[in-house]
Amino acid sequence: MADLTITQAGIELRTGSLTASDLLERTLERAAFTEAELHAYLTLDQDRARTAAAQSDARFADSEPLGPLDGIPIALKDNLCTRGTETTCASQILSGYHPPYDATVVARLRAGGAVLTGKTNLDEFAMGSSTENSAYGPTRNPWDPTRVPGGSSGGSAAAVAVGSALAALGSDTGGSIRQPAALCGVVGVKPTYGLVSRYGLIAFGSSLDQIGPFARTVGDAATVLGVIAGHDPLDATSWRGEYPEVGTHLETGVAGMRVGVIRELGGEGYEPQVTETSRRMLDQLSDAGAEIVEVSIPTCDVALSTYYLIAPAEASANLARFDGIRYGSRVEGGTAEEMMARTRAEGFGPEVTRRILLGTYALSAGYYDAFYGQAQKVRTLVKQQFAAAYEKVDVLVSPTSPTVAFELEAKTEDPLAMYLSDVCNIPANLAGHPAMTVPIGLDTAGLPIGFQVMAPALGEATMFGVAAEVERLAGFVARPPMTEVPT
Amino acid sequence: MPIDIDIAHVARLARLELSDSDLDLYRNQLGVILEHAARVQAVDTEGIEPSAHPLEMTNTFRPDEVRASLDRDEVLSQAPESRDGYFVVPPALDQD
Amino acid sequence: MGIEVHVELRTRSKMFCGCRVGFGEEPNVDVCPTCLGLPGALPVTNQQAIEWISLIGLAFNCTISERSVFHRKNYFYADLPKNYQISQFDIPVCHDGWLDVDTDGETVRIGIERAHQEEDTGKSLHVGDGGRIQSATQTLLDFNRSGVPLVEIVSRPDIRTPAQAKAYAQQLRAVVAELGVSDARLEEGSIRFDANVSVRPRGEADLGTKVEIKNMNSFRSLERAVTYEIRRQVDEIESGGTIVQETRHWDEEAGVTHAMRTKEGSSDYRYFTEPDLTPIVIDDAWRREIASQLPELPATRRVGYLEAGVDPQVAQVLAEADASLRGLYAEAVASGAEPRIVANWVIGEVTAWARREVSPAAISGRQLAELVDMVADGTVSASAAKDVLDGVMRGEGDPGVVARDRDLLQMTDTSALADAVDQVLEANPDAVERYRAGETKVVGFLVGQVMRATQGKADPKAVNGLLIKKLG
Repeated sequence: MADLTITQAGIELRTGSLTASDLLERTLERAAFTEAELHAYLTLDQDRARTAAAQSDARFADSEPLGPLDGIPIALKDNLCTRGTETTCASQILSGYHPPYDATVVARLRAGGAVLTGKTNLDEFAMGSSTENSAYGPTRNPWDPTRVPGGSSGGSAAAVAVGSALAALGSDTGGSIRQPAALCGVVGVKPTYGLVSRYGLIAFGSSLDQIGPFARTVGDAATVLGVIAGHDPLDATSWRGEYPEVGTHLETGVAGMRVGVIRELGGEGYEPQVTETSRRMLDQLSDAGAEIVEVSIPTCDVALSTYYLIAPAEASANLARFDGIRYGSRVEGGTAEEMMARTRAEGFGPEVTRRILLGTYALSAGYYDAFYGQAQKVRTLVKQQFAAAYEKVDVLVSPTSPTVAFELEAKTEDPLAMYLSDVCNIPANLAGHPAMTVPIGLDTAGLPIGFQVMAPALGEATMFGVAAEVERLAGFVARPPMTEVPT
Repeated sequence: MPIDIDIAHVARLARLELSDSDLDLYRNQLGVILEHAARVQAVDTEGIEPSAHPLEMTNTFRPDEVRASLDRDEVLSQAPESRDGYFVVPPALDQD
Repeated sequence: MGIEVHVELRTRSKMFCGCRVGFGEEPNVDVCPTCLGLPGALPVTNQQAIEWISLIGLAFNCTISERSVFHRKNYFYADLPKNYQISQFDIPVCHDGWLDVDTDGETVRIGIERAHQEEDTGKSLHVGDGGRIQSATQTLLDFNRSGVPLVEIVSRPDIRTPAQAKAYAQQLRAVVAELGVSDARLEEGSIRFDANVSVRPRGEADLGTKVEIKNMNSFRSLERAVTYEIRRQVDEIESGGTIVQETRHWDEEAGVTHAMRTKEGSSDYRYFTEPDLTPIVIDDAWRREIASQLPELPATRRVGYLEAGVDPQVAQVLAEADASLRGLYAEAVASGAEPRIVANWVIGEVTAWARREVSPAAISGRQLAELVDMVADGTVSASAAKDVLDGVMRGEGDPGVVARDRDLLQMTDTSALADAVDQVLEANPDAVERYRAGETKVVGFLVGQVMRATQGKADPKAVNGLLIKKLG
């Protein structure tokens, strides 16, 4: 029953065959059953969740639910601020931090009656692709606990995969929703930049970060996105125009649509089973009436390099505020300067330290033009080339990740190899475009493979329509072995 | 292209007090990453404007209106050290 | 030398958040996630601040950038919550203006390189033994001021003398105060001046190394500090030393500047475009709308006063005076009084009376015009007129009424005056003797005696003539 989708649970809640409290207890039971091995959560907020579920039940009793998420257990990545609930970003430096305010998305979920189950694990400050860079220990892949769940939103992906939440929020700066969703066999969406308010999301790369949902189905993801998207006067980059209808085009199919395959996102470095499974999906789409077009976007080859200059540069400033003065941990020193330098050196893990140094270097006098300045120009080219591609096609597709889930510690000593696992995801962040992943199958080892659908800015309606068709064509129904209750 | 990194200077700018052995490690790792990142330099960007934002938006303003501030006790409860309504730190140098 | 001015705007709310811009209350009460730099908080630009910095720019003849952007200026300091300041770098809102400054009887045009928008920092309070920073044991931090809109106005290095520096600062402050966009009070720090001082040998084109001077809390200390610093640099060079680029602190009591203790390598600010804020685009229509809010400025008024015949020094003071004083002038002139005399009264006696008395001054322009006329036609003497003014100020009525009630009307009865003169001559035979012996200046003493005897009501000129006639 914890494997209910939001759509199914919503019907049962409304017909009275299920209460929000029951749904929550089943979800918490699933967490109790999986957490010891999985470690998807950093904080399980059971008491507050029970209170929220009881309030939800009262509303259903009065036939006044707040919306499609009323009573639905949803988990939050631990880089989203929650008033009164510890928010750590999986960093030692924020150990014990209780924010005095809610992120806008958290406020929107609460206002929609969602039952917030707790805070999920991540790579420290969302920097990583395996959730191994958590100061509180890694999350494991629900399909094979010797493997990583992907990252940085690995905890959210894993929780949704096993049903210890019906949906979860993550953040995606360079694939941090899509890559773990693919590796955990769930749907993950990075919306158009500006569609979801970033207020209260602890910033990594401000011009790239977007919050988005994880869900078991495309329809559920659309439902969650519909609740969290919307203009927010507290975020100056929040979209001010009309918002796309994400949940109403799920039945349109792909007949007559032009689907572009990005030539640069494939070939060498892609696991054969990933390539093969993706190709089969393209054939199915073609059979369903789509026109498959090969498209070249040459800057995809330098998108990763561009990203690893822009994101760390922004991060170096965003993470400057962690100085041991107003919140978080502190390491004492004789002067304020010494205290700050020690607090930061001890409080940040190696990957975060590496990226702060990288970003500081890329912005520093004498190197700015060659690195950061040039990266910003290449970013313009990425946008231009994607815009040109969307003149010819409705959506672009690619594998979500070049590989399936890899072994724990396989890439921890080689930062560059780790960075390469986001190669398919980064262009959409640079361009600000929406992109999502849908699970389309398992490889022979039983590990999930994801398929990425991208669309132009604010093209969510089209993107969800294609993704829903991909979901139907794939017929992916497998559940992680971990969820099987021993008899 | 070998990349010259004064890692101690960079660490100072980033306010990170790192050991010499850590500095060495980071210098080497940054060297590898930057060599890869330096691929951007091969791209012809003649006449291309830099993008600081993914989408083109301008003039996002707020009206000059006062909103409620935070409760001071709640704010200070998160500070490693506070006193008489102030945050407390070891003595700070003159500001440049 | 050049001067950097920081002006705190008196918006209701802060630059990038809705916290109140307050003054002098309890620490850390006007704070929110944004101005405290809490993780996840974001800035949103206060539109009023953008309109006001544009107004400042227009007042200083600047070009308003059609498109400008915010940058992050990265440096670590305990009272800077995000450890970067949102500021502007290569494209400020205002650039390339000027201010004409009157000093030492000449007008000097000081170029204004730019005016850019930024946010203020919090305040540090160093506590411990002796209260000096070197012996402080703790620093206390208050973030009420953090995020208050700050406009930085940077002059070109066109300022040549300490007197010009002082005049530039004073006249700039007057304009900013006039615009109503800032309290512009030095003592409260709502306007702050830093000076960049460099010297060069006579005849050389390139300026020497620039030294920044901070902590000048009055116009006088600005003048003293740059005077000291110029001397120090000249002495240093003449004794074979070199000038180091640094920031120096003005010590008001000791009357010297001394180098500040700062961390090395802190000047690489790693500016980059603030990704959390969108560019500011000020099109023609918006710029015109802002320009329409521009009030008449001191420089414009000064020209008007000069054209009306007001003495140059008085015109300068009146141009920068309170609106109430300027209104009084305008009203009195409109009532037909001579501008030059009215201006002298307004800046002289009226201002002095108001400064002396606790109660507010109350005289209308019509009353002032009447008083000026009474002096002109000899109804009251110049000295008695001050008493008349006092009476009007105290609400005793119009000048004519006060002069009558206080018995200040000039003595026009010549026989009474002749009697008074006779009595004085009789009482002062020595003086009469000395006058006749050729010491003619003694007549001044005799005039004074007559004025005293008549309680100031006599016309001194008439007394003088009468005395000379009788003595001759």
